[in-house]
Amino acid sequence: MSAQMRRLMWPLLVLAGLLAANLAVTPGFFEISVKDGRLYGSLVDILHFGTPLLLISLGMTLVIALRGIDLSVGAVVAVSAALACEMIAAADHPGSPATVAAAVATALGASALLGLWNGFLVAVLRIQPIVATLILMIAGRGVAQLITGGQITTVRSEPYRRIAAGDVAAVPVTLVVAAATVLLMWLLVRRTALGLLIEAIGGNAEAGRLAGIRATGMTVAAYTFCGVCAGLAGVVISANTGSADGNNAGLWIELDAILAVVIGGTLLSGGRFSIAGTVLGAVIVQSLSTTVYTMGVPPESALVFKAVVVFLVCLLQSPRFRAQVAAPFGRGRPPRPAPTGPGLAPSEEDAVRPTATGADEPGRQEVPR
Amino acid sequence: MTPPSTLPGLSVALSRTRELAERRRRFIPVSMAGLVLVLLFAAGSARYTGFLEPQVALNLLVNNAFLIVLAVGVTFVILAGGIDLSTGSVLALSAMICAWLLREGWPPVLVIPAALLSGVVLGAAQGCIIHFYGVQPFIATLGGMFFARGLCYLISTESIPITDPLFGALAQTRIPLPGGTSLSVGAVVALAVAGAAAYVLHRTRFGRSVYAVGGSESSAMLMGLAVGRVKVGVYTVSGFCAALGGVLYTFYIASGNSLHGLGMELDAIAAVVIGGTLLTGGFGYVLGSVVGVLTLGTIQTILVFEGTLSSWWTKIVAGALLLVFILLQRALAPRSAR
Repeated sequence: MSAQMRRLMWPLLVLAGLLAANLAVTPGFFEISVKDGRLYGSLVDILHFGTPLLLISLGMTLVIALRGIDLSVGAVVAVSAALACEMIAAADHPGSPATVAAAVATALGASALLGLWNGFLVAVLRIQPIVATLILMIAGRGVAQLITGGQITTVRSEPYRRIAAGDVAAVPVTLVVAAATVLLMWLLVRRTALGLLIEAIGGNAEAGRLAGIRATGMTVAAYTFCGVCAGLAGVVISANTGSADGNNAGLWIELDAILAVVIGGTLLSGGRFSIAGTVLGAVIVQSLSTTVYTMGVPPESALVFKAVVVFLVCLLQSPRFRAQVAAPFGRGRPPRPAPTGPGLAPSEEDAVRPTATGADEPGRQEVPR
Repeated sequence: MTPPSTLPGLSVALSRTRELAERRRRFIPVSMAGLVLVLLFAAGSARYTGFLEPQVALNLLVNNAFLIVLAVGVTFVILAGGIDLSTGSVLALSAMICAWLLREGWPPVLVIPAALLSGVVLGAAQGCIIHFYGVQPFIATLGGMFFARGLCYLISTESIPITDPLFGALAQTRIPLPGGTSLSVGAVVALAVAGAAAYVLHRTRFGRSVYAVGGSESSAMLMGLAVGRVKVGVYTVSGFCAALGGVLYTFYIASGNSLHGLGMELDAIAAVVIGGTLLTGGFGYVLGSVVGVLTLGTIQTILVFEGTLSSWWTKIVAGALLLVFILLQRALAPRSAR
């Protein structure tokens, strides 16, 4: 447990720093009030608007823990949003709960199918995850535009709107959805052996196979779960705006989600994941966007700000960087890596090389001698 | 009894044949990509009149010159086992710097080196972060993508037109070819870059090290190759190519805009993969990447000729093609290269 806390320390510090900066600029940043029977406040807003990102990051966590990656989630968001909105728009009674339920079910079903397809490519045909999901990332947006006919479909449906804007006992529905997904996932993977098996396969697929774990089914299930999460995020996003935009819905959200997962301490090289870390990572990425607005950072420099924070978090997680900062004169940067020493450590954790040995993972956390 | 002099000759001939067979096998993914390009073109010619003009084929080069340069740079990174997501943004940044400095009154002969320098510096910085601090390439270049795009917004949120006479002349100059056809300066530069890249990859120490590092980084290191120099080098090359692509893009589009090249990094990666280069590194050719870009370009040309098909079919067809090529690669690539 303490090891996990130690891993979460850097992301926690970053989040605390972000929130403190916000508090310094906006004194009422932490205030939460109840208006019209609904919670209001900046913190609630962060969680509310961060829900789609959080949902996708959760799905992405399992995929990354299996040493995979899913680039197609943004496209799946677009497809799911397009399907749901088109169904509601074409229905006789757009306002009836049955229509909305059918639309959401269809959208989630289609997303599950898309996830299944990714899983099939990765686990059965054994295509590298980054390429396998690149196919759907490119084609998926085309499919979404095909569904909406290249238009932005708008829907006027009260029950659908409530998915994003409604509340349950003063708590926004989005927060309930997010919390329920986190809880469900935690129960599934941490209260059963599932999470352990996933980490075993991700750490060393061959060892997992020898231990009798059916990696194929597990991988397909993880990608399907990721697809459903993306579909759910698509429903939330389109309910929030009341429209489906095949071109822009969930654009680049896959990159934010991967960022959130990595910030949360899950390694892209697989074999270890942390649900709490991912939740933290998603909240950090979302607070970053919020901070940009509250701090009055000009919108044109928002991206540079974000990039700087990304580099900062990545460097803070690099043991080498921390050692260098701690001891400025202790050890210079060698111009080329020596055969022994820290040069070996970064070399073996390449994001796009699933063939890398599993033994490199513990070495990463050690501070170079 | 065999005369002693023919024995070495025989063994040389034997190993030569084996080498040839092996080399032919290695060329299969590239030749398949070339075959598909030819088939696509043949299908287009059969369906539409005016498609089989030499100028239509040359226009593929003219219209995709920047993407070819981009894909060539990404090929280096992917061959070395990395990935570069920042190329589209660096292209936009370079185009933006060109437009901005020209508006500020800089002479064009200084503007172009400055734009290229920005790409080199960004690429080298990414390479250093990846190599020295062990940050995963995917994340580091993602940060670079945000950073370069952000710098574009910092320069200007609005489109800056380019009215410089030299840029205009470079954009309009046509190099005449036999048969009444012509090529633009950009296309010639793109072909030169592809040729230079092929030379560097196959005829220099750096190029061979790129393949070695991509094949197995730890083996390359144990062999005493300068892994760090290669890793920083490939990202620098990619940054340079992306910046050069940006300059070519300004010839093509005559403006700097922070929205230029959105998602172009994925087109470049897709072109490299279609061209038969393995994303795991160590296997592939620059020629394949050029063919990949031309294949994507042909699909677009066919859609233009068809006229009634909507733009989203490009994406769907490109995705389907990607799938076909990857399955082909899986079936044909040497077992060791998978």
